[in-house]
Amino acid sequence: MLKAMLGEAWRAMGANRLRTALTMLGMVIGVGAVVMMMAIGQGAQYAVAQTISTMGSNLYMLISGSTNAGGLRSGGGGGPSLKVADAEAIAELAGVSRVAPLHYGRQQLVHGANNWNATVVGTTPAYFDARSWSVSSGYPFSDSDVRSATRVALIGQTTADNLFGSDDPVGKTIRIQQSPFLVIGVLGKKGQNLDGRDQDDTVVIPLSTAQRKVFGTPFQGSVRLVMVQAASAEEMPAVERRMIDLLRQRHRLRDGQDNDFYVRNLTAAADSAAETTRVMSLLLGAIASVSLLVGGIGIMNIMLVSVTERTREIGIRMAVGARQRDILSQFLLEALIISVAGCLIGLLLGVAGALLVNAITDMVIVISGGSVLVAFGVAAGIGIFFGFYPARRAAALDPIDALRHQ
Amino acid sequence: MSSPLIRTLGLGKSYDTAAGPFPALMGVDLDIDAGEFVAIMGQSGSGKSTFMNLLGCLDTPSSGDYFLVGRNVGHLGQDELASLRNRSIGFVFQGFNLLQRMTLADNVALPLVYAGVDREQRRQRAQQELARVGLAAYAESLPSRISGGQQQRVAIARALVNAPQLILADEPTGNLDSHTSEEIMRLFAALNGQGMTIVLVTHEADIAACARRQVRFLDGRIVSDVATPAEVLDEC
Repeated sequence: MLKAMLGEAWRAMGANRLRTALTMLGMVIGVGAVVMMMAIGQGAQYAVAQTISTMGSNLYMLISGSTNAGGLRSGGGGGPSLKVADAEAIAELAGVSRVAPLHYGRQQLVHGANNWNATVVGTTPAYFDARSWSVSSGYPFSDSDVRSATRVALIGQTTADNLFGSDDPVGKTIRIQQSPFLVIGVLGKKGQNLDGRDQDDTVVIPLSTAQRKVFGTPFQGSVRLVMVQAASAEEMPAVERRMIDLLRQRHRLRDGQDNDFYVRNLTAAADSAAETTRVMSLLLGAIASVSLLVGGIGIMNIMLVSVTERTREIGIRMAVGARQRDILSQFLLEALIISVAGCLIGLLLGVAGALLVNAITDMVIVISGGSVLVAFGVAAGIGIFFGFYPARRAAALDPIDALRHQ
Repeated sequence: MSSPLIRTLGLGKSYDTAAGPFPALMGVDLDIDAGEFVAIMGQSGSGKSTFMNLLGCLDTPSSGDYFLVGRNVGHLGQDELASLRNRSIGFVFQGFNLLQRMTLADNVALPLVYAGVDREQRRQRAQQELARVGLAAYAESLPSRISGGQQQRVAIARALVNAPQLILADEPTGNLDSHTSEEIMRLFAALNGQGMTIVLVTHEADIAACARRQVRFLDGRIVSDVATPAEVLDEC
């Protein structure tokens, strides 16, 4: 029976090839658009997630307050309010897994005849863990390097490329502010951060060395930033409260007095970026879905025309013994075949289109089995939904009227 | 075999029109036994087509009862009516009513599709019926490739394919020339000779003369019901 009905559907669609093809085109465009938009949207989400994961997870940034020297305010990080001792105290708090005090600034680096301007970061070994930053060759410096203020450096990929070209930088010497530093390792590649800044254009040295040899801070033991990593996302709000309480206490701030430091939740910023792309991809999907809907209405339209055209045929079929449900399933099957075939073609074109976008623009695309399955399910659903009304109409025809129809 | 194949008791049908209900058929009592060849005659508007639609289970009566093979058709649902049309009745129409996109074999096999017969069986039985009407060679042709008379023979093959108890023919020669009409009537007569019950509607006296019994309708009632004289039958 099903085989016979498939044959029927095939014949009926073959009788009007152009019309069938155009009806299918509506579905092809709809499904193609959905698949392509979802691929691009999910690709954007994936790209943002990648960037966020290079930042490190569950991070807080504490920034020194600004100074005010004769009316000239320095901006955040310029003041001496945060101390290495503050960082050490925070490390003792419950829910805190890593703390890395940071001093940084841009400096001119020299190696042989090459020189290059990059961000120099003075910190402790906890920094590498907090930012989950691996060392691709060589090894990181240790706490004892920080204690004895040795002149060692780890350099980022971009800095390495600019100073050393294709040579291996490990074991060579660079000069920062006239001081020679031994390069003991090269950091793994991280790419851009959310602002689009190159995270690999950097040199990381022990905090103590940075304070004494490079930046020469006038206030002993002060740092510009402290990076704090909470043990888990759930503990972040509690950790934030405890840090603020502790710092206010240590800085002897009275009630009502403003904090002399800033607290930034880096995860929150990342989350909002992720949320933005998620909304964007939803929106793309929604817009593409409209074309799918239009495709479905196209199917309904053509099926209605087809029922009218074939009224006499329906009458003949009823006269020879077709039940209402036979007529119903015949027309439903035709609608379903058009929508599913259109969906398959649309799927192929959508994937091809997404790959083309990827090839032309370097945009990341993600084609997930889920989005393909959703498109397929929706197409089948549309076939049944929009095919049902015309099929119902065909099945409800009165056999005598249908036979008389010219 | 006491009960007739067809029995109508006070069969009535009225249509709703803008001017109120219009009675097309008023209390028709008729028995037709298995093996009969009956011509239903009458002018247009006499109610003969309405009567045929009721006999064919295409329509249900407004009043009275219709028993087909002992079953009261008036109490059946749509699916059961469809099943009766499929298994007990074979239709032959004035306009042949073949599906133009299908081969003749597929046209003939169409009732078997709805009877749930498998593909191989369908092919065999369609071929058999086409041979019976002398068109075996055209099995894979499309209806548009053959003449009107041939199309009507295919339609008769389709009516026969599911071995019905009854053939209903509505003006089967109305679209054919006289020569071809004779051929078709000879085919009907031959089928009747093999025991098939045939009821045909016509307004042509010479066509009706080929049937063994002639029932005449006027204004929704039967006005005469006579056996065709033997000498007239022989001319046919």
